[in-house]
Amino acid sequence: MGIMEKIGDATSAGTREYLTFRLDQEEYGIDILKVQEIRGYEPPTRVADAPPFIKGVVNLRGTIVPIVDMRLKFNCSKADYDAFTVVIILNLRQRIVGIVVDSVSDVMELPPDSIKAAPDIDSMIDSGAVTGLGSLGDRMLILLDIERLMSAPDMGLESPGE
Amino acid sequence: MADTHQDSGSGGDIDLSQFYQIFFEEAGENLDLMEQMLLNLNLETADDEELNGIFRCAHSVKGGAATFGFSDVAELTHQMESLLDRLRRHELQPNAAMVDVLLESADASRSLLARHQSGDEGEALPTTDLVRRIAELAAGGGVVAAKPVVAPVPVPVAPPVAPVAAPAVVAPAAVASNGSRALEIRVGPLERPTQADAIQELFRDIPGLGSIRALDSGRSDTRLFAVETASSDDDLLDLFTFHVSRDQIQISDKSAAAAAPAVASLVNAPVADPGYGFFDDLPPAAPASAAAAGPAAVAVAAEAAAGFGFFDGAPGLPGTPAPAVAVAVASPPPASVAASASVAKPGVKPAAAPAAQPEAATIRVAISKVDQLINLVGELVITQAMLAQNSRALDPAVYQQLLTGLADLDRNTRDLQESVMSIRMIPMSIVFSRFPRMLRDLAGKLGKKVDFVTQGEATELDKGLVEKITDPLTHLVRNSCDHGIEMPAERLAAGKSETGTITLSASHQGGSIVIEVRDDGKGLSRTKILNKARERGLDVSDQMTDSEVWQLIFAPGFSTAEVVTDVSGRGVGMDVVKRNIAALNGTVEIDSAEGYGMKVSVRLPLTLAIMDGMSVGVGEEVYILPLSSVVESFQVKAEAVSTVGQGSQLVKVRDEYMPVIELEKVFQVPRFDFEKSSDIMVVVEADGSRVVLLVDELLGQQQVVVKNLESNYRKVPNVSGATILGDGKVALILDTGALVRRTRH
Repeated sequence: MGIMEKIGDATSAGTREYLTFRLDQEEYGIDILKVQEIRGYEPPTRVADAPPFIKGVVNLRGTIVPIVDMRLKFNCSKADYDAFTVVIILNLRQRIVGIVVDSVSDVMELPPDSIKAAPDIDSMIDSGAVTGLGSLGDRMLILLDIERLMSAPDMGLESPGE
Repeated sequence: MADTHQDSGSGGDIDLSQFYQIFFEEAGENLDLMEQMLLNLNLETADDEELNGIFRCAHSVKGGAATFGFSDVAELTHQMESLLDRLRRHELQPNAAMVDVLLESADASRSLLARHQSGDEGEALPTTDLVRRIAELAAGGGVVAAKPVVAPVPVPVAPPVAPVAAPAVVAPAAVASNGSRALEIRVGPLERPTQADAIQELFRDIPGLGSIRALDSGRSDTRLFAVETASSDDDLLDLFTFHVSRDQIQISDKSAAAAAPAVASLVNAPVADPGYGFFDDLPPAAPASAAAAGPAAVAVAAEAAAGFGFFDGAPGLPGTPAPAVAVAVASPPPASVAASASVAKPGVKPAAAPAAQPEAATIRVAISKVDQLINLVGELVITQAMLAQNSRALDPAVYQQLLTGLADLDRNTRDLQESVMSIRMIPMSIVFSRFPRMLRDLAGKLGKKVDFVTQGEATELDKGLVEKITDPLTHLVRNSCDHGIEMPAERLAAGKSETGTITLSASHQGGSIVIEVRDDGKGLSRTKILNKARERGLDVSDQMTDSEVWQLIFAPGFSTAEVVTDVSGRGVGMDVVKRNIAALNGTVEIDSAEGYGMKVSVRLPLTLAIMDGMSVGVGEEVYILPLSSVVESFQVKAEAVSTVGQGSQLVKVRDEYMPVIELEKVFQVPRFDFEKSSDIMVVVEADGSRVVLLVDELLGQQQVVVKNLESNYRKVPNVSGATILGDGKVALILDTGALVRRTRH
């Protein structure tokens, strides 16, 4: 991670790369440096007392990793698990978390001037977690601060008081 | 310099020699590392990290040497440590002379260790000279911080110096350990300066420690004390750390300014050039070299004259080292003997001497490599399981060879997994074995009689945890001996046997490792603790349960002096113990009955431990029960279950009613197949009580690797961890302790 963080710092002033994924009809982008890998969906082990969007935990090469279904978290109309369902494994500050999305689109570079500030809107997402809206032709990318989103208390990923 | 190595067999103690090999390797590595760091050390710009690193090396070697009774190595490394300690506190500026002498000392330690390793054959390398030189460097710099010690002009060595030099050997030690010194101790800055006041109590409570007087520090967050004491800085620091952190204490020696020049003039002659060690001093040019080789040669000669009597005679007598040295110093032999002794030295390099030197039977590798190995093997097992699954449909007649190969793969993978997993685990006996000797010495010093009993030494614990648990355990055991066990006469008067017993046990319980330190001493006094707590303004009441009261002694700075006895208390440093254990995600519990003893239980989570588990099925899900807590299992007959009050169920097992916990409800297991239902009961025991778990089926027993659920997720109620099953799926491990506690509320 050390090198990756350095790269992150070096490029933070200019263009950043985003991994884009789909949830239902919406397209989201997250900082590529937070992404560890992308995997197919495999049924996780259910954990009692977890909110519905935490599907459970899986074994990622010997590490126990919780799986969050973003479609349930964002109240998407349907959340099917099929051959195209994808899990993005995120590496957020010593913590590894997998998120389930409908599909991963691509990795794209966004220069700072194509990122617009997000207007105050009423949505399922904590507005502080939306860092901006990226426009690419007629496509609109919702750029997420995935780290902030995942460490929010209502995600239930961390023990209280941590 | 005496040899206590052989005495381990003579007492009733555990044979420490099985661990010698590990120590020798560790020490060798530490010395190598230290040498490397010393050589790379930039004298002008030495940074804290480097100095701390070097200090740690010396410290580790010293600790190990002391534990195993290699007092000569311990003494030498102790001096090195003192010097390094001053360096890392920036009380001294490192210079080339110090590096030289430290390197020489490292060499000397190495050859002393090699001699111990080869069974103490050959002559011991004399270290008195080195010890003295280090002590001088350490003390001398206190006067002139910038340009220490090298300054003294080389004094022409005159033959008559020899006899003078001999007594001088004792001088630094005497100043450090016997003479009373006037010190100024500055403590702070502290968040709560009242903590420092506990230091004053220490002086009041410990007879012979010395006197203390508070001075005006000029700042509200620091305290300044004028202290007169005979104890060394290290001893004082060790004592103070019960109350305040070591980094916050500065000791400055007021008497050093006066004493140091005197010492210097006494011993200066042979040491004019600090780099002029006896290693270089080979040409035996009669009187001059005898003088220059000085006390070291004298000591060796005296040993030679004494026929090494104390090497053979020593077993079982821990007091021997001091007299032995005294003898050596007291009888300065003729110069010719000294010369011959110094000639004999080069041959002493004892490592090579005896043929039967054991070769290194272990290698040390980075933990991360082992972890990677464990994960890779885990993957392999999963792949293998998948192959096995897919090959089941094949026709054995056609694919006979393939299937045989797969069967072999199955067996080999399992063996491989087992061996790899065992790499990280080491038995608790490694920790336990440090204590018998420590206790014997301590009991001897205190005039108490103590038996030491260990249980569950074979319990395996992750290496990382073993290292971190050693210090807190040492503290607890020492506390038990010091404050728990009464003097023999007291014990007799109380109707107990003269000899107290301290028991150290380890076991797996509910997915944790529980290490208990028990003693049959005087126990804690509830009233005294409550009174003391009130005095300190803590919020307490008489309605508090015993266990709540016992927790009070963990309060930081809960000075213990009056808590348990009039002299000293059991709470000394307990908050430090608790903090250290909490840092390992562990808990400490105390159980005590006044007059009957006390039990401290340390519960540690298993970060990476292998556990025998029983897998049970509930609905479609699989859970793991720690096998150690499973008592029995049976099929339920409907009439055996009775309901009480609000629907909680009891089952009669033989003559006992036990509460029933339906795992299906606790874990909200979804049911797809309503034909199936839970009708198997598993009796589990934890924390001394039993409950019955209701499950669908028993799937089997297996060894599982306990994985931490909290590293990426959070704590899940009633679950102590997770593991990965053969098919790569995750299964949760039940926390039977939590399940049992559930039924109590």
